[in-house]
Amino acid sequence: MRVEPAGGRAEVGAPEPSSRLPHDRWGPLEIAFWLAPIPCYFLFPGYLVLASQVFITSLFALSLDLILGYAGIVSLGHAAFFGIGAYTAGLLAAHGWGEPLSGLAAGGALAAAVGFLVSFLVVRGGDLARLMVTLGIGQLVYEAANKAASVTGGVDGLGGVAMGKLLGRFSFDLEGRAAWIYSFLVLFACFALARRVVASPFGLSLRGIRENDRRMPALGTPVRRRLVAVFALSAGLAGVAGALLAQTTQFVGLEVLGFTRSAELLIILVLGGTGRLYGALVGAPLFMLAQNYLSGIDPTYWQFWLGLLLVAAVLFGRGGIMGMADRLRARLPGRAAR
Amino acid sequence: MVTSLIGVLFDGLAYGSLLFLISNGLSVTMGLMNFVNLAHGAFAMLGGYACVALMRRGVPFLVTLPLVFLAVALLGAVLERALYRRLYRAPHLDQVLFSIGLTFVAVAATTWAFGPSQQPVELPPFLRGQLHLAGVDLGKYRLFLVALVVLITVDLEFLIGRTRFGARVRAAVDSQTAAAGLGIDVNRVFSVTFAMGTGLAGLGGALGIDILGLDPTFALKYLVYFLLAVAVGGAGSIKGTAVAAIVLGVFDVAGKYYVPEAGAFIIYALMVVLMILFPAGLYGRRA
Repeated sequence: MRVEPAGGRAEVGAPEPSSRLPHDRWGPLEIAFWLAPIPCYFLFPGYLVLASQVFITSLFALSLDLILGYAGIVSLGHAAFFGIGAYTAGLLAAHGWGEPLSGLAAGGALAAAVGFLVSFLVVRGGDLARLMVTLGIGQLVYEAANKAASVTGGVDGLGGVAMGKLLGRFSFDLEGRAAWIYSFLVLFACFALARRVVASPFGLSLRGIRENDRRMPALGTPVRRRLVAVFALSAGLAGVAGALLAQTTQFVGLEVLGFTRSAELLIILVLGGTGRLYGALVGAPLFMLAQNYLSGIDPTYWQFWLGLLLVAAVLFGRGGIMGMADRLRARLPGRAAR
Repeated sequence: MVTSLIGVLFDGLAYGSLLFLISNGLSVTMGLMNFVNLAHGAFAMLGGYACVALMRRGVPFLVTLPLVFLAVALLGAVLERALYRRLYRAPHLDQVLFSIGLTFVAVAATTWAFGPSQQPVELPPFLRGQLHLAGVDLGKYRLFLVALVVLITVDLEFLIGRTRFGARVRAAVDSQTAAAGLGIDVNRVFSVTFAMGTGLAGLGGALGIDILGLDPTFALKYLVYFLLAVAVGGAGSIKGTAVAAIVLGVFDVAGKYYVPEAGAFIIYALMVVLMILFPAGLYGRRA
């Protein structure tokens, strides 16, 4: 007999919590993973723009992983925070404040502030109510940006985003070299932050809440406060990702807020594997390369195969790519399951 | 002013009853099977396309309706047996992703088969135009729609409230385990109700071409409204879904008529407020 999780919270296919405490050392695999993009910078100069987009989407997926994979909150409206960050950075630059780093910080801060306010509505209620509230808030923000066309440019998008030089020295060039380095470093910094957060006692308590939100109060964990905090953090990282997109492409379109972006993000994360941080970083490049290749053939086919892939992934592949990697690793001789 | 108000209320009522017809099946899947089925809008859309395809072959509009119901119900039954059944006990996230996947497949398939443009529908002459009633102009088609939905609702109420099958459905909603213990074949109850719910959604999609329009984005565009009706009304409650659908319909039409600049804003704001006030829905029983 299967034991139902109390509270009816989402079970997200995240890895079983191990009995050991998490530690903060970087393994050799991790270091290799982070060094891998650097040769690509020199080998594929024609793909620098796509690569920056991949970094940005990875960061966005990472932000969702914090709330979905670690805290168990299913969100269908995470694009709202991405879009808030994008519009903040875009509007600042369009009105003369072109300094990138402060624009990035402003985008992240505003998204985190909105996320903080919204989180009080989200953390109450069960999965269904959370789905609906996040979906509704996503649509509200979309409608607001659509209607405020005099500020945001509406469906035409926000043009005239004039970026200043990075650190006063490097300007954003057409080949996307500065954009590549900038997005890569921001992604790495945010990843290091997220990695530190999930390995902290705070991150551990989030996993406890995901596994059983009825018992955590008995251990003295303020469940609501923890969820509010991680939601605001996640919204802030999503805002940073949005601001990065606005700054590197020097344009903000209305689709940064669209439902499709939220849904695709969920797909990326689930394909990569939730609750692992690296799932987001593996899912995003695979998804975007496949999308780039397949939708180049025909956008309709892409959607069809994506749908089929999702159905198959849910029915047969629990835990995504990283989950399969974990299972493979567990089978290797001499390497017992963690 | 008064006549325009009555007109808006009537349009809202027609719109709401259409929402109710489609959302009913979703309410059943969520309340009875505890399954978050985001592909429900896709079933409604397929009903609309089935109607268009039949009418292209010269079948009259009214004859297509029962055929559409049967075709979509059959498709629902097959999918339930083959795929949905495996995920009843799965986490909500899996259900959400699975049904988004089905929706994407349906959207891509209809785009491929019918193209991305709006599909026209040719209503029979006696359903076109206006009817004068006490100084108010009422659309004939909307009157027909409201009457049909009332008729279906009465039938449903009878089916659920008075028949043996209905008693089984109610028992299974209250407690699956106890119902199964009493010898009720809960799996069959699930299959039949799922098929009926999708069939009604398909019927609603066919009836809604004239009001909601029909193109491949239908499946996602109106999904929010269906979810809204169910979540606000309380999953598993026919009465709650009906009340919520009509309230939403009236508010949406009135909002678009009186404050067009607010657009869809009203409906989403209403949803967020209602979800906060009633996390389990207006008539929800599960807190």
